[in-house]
Amino acid sequence: MNSGRIVEMALLAAVLGTAAIGSAQAAEPPLKVGLLEDVSGDLAFMGMPKLHGSQLAVEEINKSGGILGRQIELIHLDPQGDNARYQEFGRRLLNRDKVDVLIGGITSASREALRPIVDRTTTPYFYTNQYEGGVCDASMISMGAVPEQQFSTLIPWMVEKFGKKVYVIAADYNFGQISAEWNRKIMKDLGGEVVGEEFIPLGVSQFAQTIQNIQKAKPDWLLTINVGAAQDSFFEQAAAANLNLPMGSSIKVMLGFEHKRFKPPALNNMHATANWFEEIDTPEANDFKKRWHAKFPDELYINDMGYNAYNALYMYKALVEKAKSTKLDDVRKVIASGDACIDAPEGKVCIDPKSQHTSHRMRLISVGPKHEVTVEKDYGTIQPYWLGEIGCDLTKKNDKDQYTPSHLPSKS
Amino acid sequence: MSAELFSVFYQFADVFAFLILSAAGLAIVFGMMGVINMAHGEFIMCGAYVTVGLVNLGVPLPIAQILAALTAGIIGMIVEFLVVRRFYKRPLDSLLATWGLSLIVTQSMLLIVGSAVRGIGTPEGSFAIGGYTFSTYRLVLFGCAVAVLAGLYIIFMKTRFGVIARATMQNAAMAKALGARTGRIYSISFGIGTALAGLCGALYAPTMTLIPTMGATFVVESFVTVVIGGANVLLGTAPAAVFLAMIRMALNASYGQIIGQIGMLFAVILIIRVLPEGLSSVLVRRGR
Repeated sequence: MNSGRIVEMALLAAVLGTAAIGSAQAAEPPLKVGLLEDVSGDLAFMGMPKLHGSQLAVEEINKSGGILGRQIELIHLDPQGDNARYQEFGRRLLNRDKVDVLIGGITSASREALRPIVDRTTTPYFYTNQYEGGVCDASMISMGAVPEQQFSTLIPWMVEKFGKKVYVIAADYNFGQISAEWNRKIMKDLGGEVVGEEFIPLGVSQFAQTIQNIQKAKPDWLLTINVGAAQDSFFEQAAAANLNLPMGSSIKVMLGFEHKRFKPPALNNMHATANWFEEIDTPEANDFKKRWHAKFPDELYINDMGYNAYNALYMYKALVEKAKSTKLDDVRKVIASGDACIDAPEGKVCIDPKSQHTSHRMRLISVGPKHEVTVEKDYGTIQPYWLGEIGCDLTKKNDKDQYTPSHLPSKS
Repeated sequence: MSAELFSVFYQFADVFAFLILSAAGLAIVFGMMGVINMAHGEFIMCGAYVTVGLVNLGVPLPIAQILAALTAGIIGMIVEFLVVRRFYKRPLDSLLATWGLSLIVTQSMLLIVGSAVRGIGTPEGSFAIGGYTFSTYRLVLFGCAVAVLAGLYIIFMKTRFGVIARATMQNAAMAKALGARTGRIYSISFGIGTALAGLCGALYAPTMTLIPTMGATFVVESFVTVVIGGANVLLGTAPAAVFLAMIRMALNASYGQIIGQIGMLFAVILIIRVLPEGLSSVLVRRGR
């Protein structure tokens, strides 16, 4: 313990001593958590559970004494799906409100818009979505699943079960493009064939031509990584045209709960790999769902983003309490020690020191004709190993870059 | 071979229906009346939500769709009376007022109805030709688009109301001097326009995800179709939709949706550059 810390502690004790006469809680300023989630605009239906998950976690943590004895103050701003607003609100939370931690962002575009702003500060940033992977940045801690957890499990299973020919429908931005690149790489390793790839501009809602292109290409199955409410109309239109192909995805069902939003059987024969989906039936998961629905009785579905957002606060609590500090450097020392774990509703999850991404228990789920969800395969815990393998090691070097199969770190 | 030919027709019909149905209401409100209605998408959304709500209450789909269009029309007349009426001589202010209205409506829907509503599913029915399968409902949409065009033609060209309405749009003061009740004409025309927007939402409701901002997916296409259609809406909108549908369909089929969208908007820029008055200016000149 350095001398500064001792003085701090002494001061703290003095303050606590005097405050104990009045209110004990007023002794320490609250810990400020900045949250950026879309609760209006095109992605509101996905963002709302993220806000709810954060609110639930904050309420629970505050009730049980806060973090290091400090209550959490949640400051939520709604960027409405607009990347410019993400930057504006991000600056406001970081520079004006001086939050201790920043959490949020839905699309990968919004994350990449925020990251350079976060990198100029010493505030930790939690991204709570599953995504296309590859971000090697010391300021960012990723709570969601990444391609080695989602695609390296799903795609071989789809190929084995349905065949070697795949057609890809992807949203035309970084998430869709990089996810499609992952699919190409994994299909090549498996000796499969990508018979078609179609990138769809965000906001497009009409798919008659796409459906016909698919029928022309005659794939064995579809990889659907289309994003947003407009593009989701694909499922309804494909079902109406009787396309009837098996589908796989890294974002459908557990994230967009299309099986709850569309009338059966539009999502029939959809398969996805997920660390969380509301249908998980374990005592821990059921207890978590009960608490959530008690607080938010109208929630249509607890999606994986909302679940990850909930975990992010508990992970932050664990990190800060182990580090006994809210400083990014101290928190990262805990991560580097490999001891950054929490008992989440899915099971134990840990942050990988090299990439600052999270290990997850992955399950492969299938949707049936009545939109019932069944677990096909349990992969157990999968580490986020890819970034470490290609040479990202945040304990040694801060790359501040996003890598993809075609953009690897330069060997130096 | 015939399967390929039919599929080309089907794709054309699909894009054409989308353009006509989303633009028909705007053609009257913006094209004829000159009100830049930024809340056009919200009337479409209104039609979609009313349809889904009624179907969930047990009303058969076609009746729900007609009632939804009527609802949008009535709400349109109320909006005309309360807001739009004050802006007939100030088109740029009407843009701001209706934009504000659209923001208020989408946000209120989000707060009242929630961020997503469960869909009702497209009516059953698909058929196969060659290696392709098609949804029957998409052809119903095409039929509705043609019916809307025919209906508009009859209302505005063959009825007494239509003649007075066109006279009012061209010269309101003169029409008034000749005894036309221009206030009522404006109100009814605006109502027809928003009812058509509501019909568009009602017809597409079973095929789409319902969210409060869903109107936005129609707005670009509708404005583009009306603008390149030009001053004479009745003669302009249909050819504009045919033209844009052909370009978009061809590019979609060969190069995918991105190029399809870029190509269509590029064609729009070209047309506005070459024919600032829109397609109807050429057609009207030919007709004389």
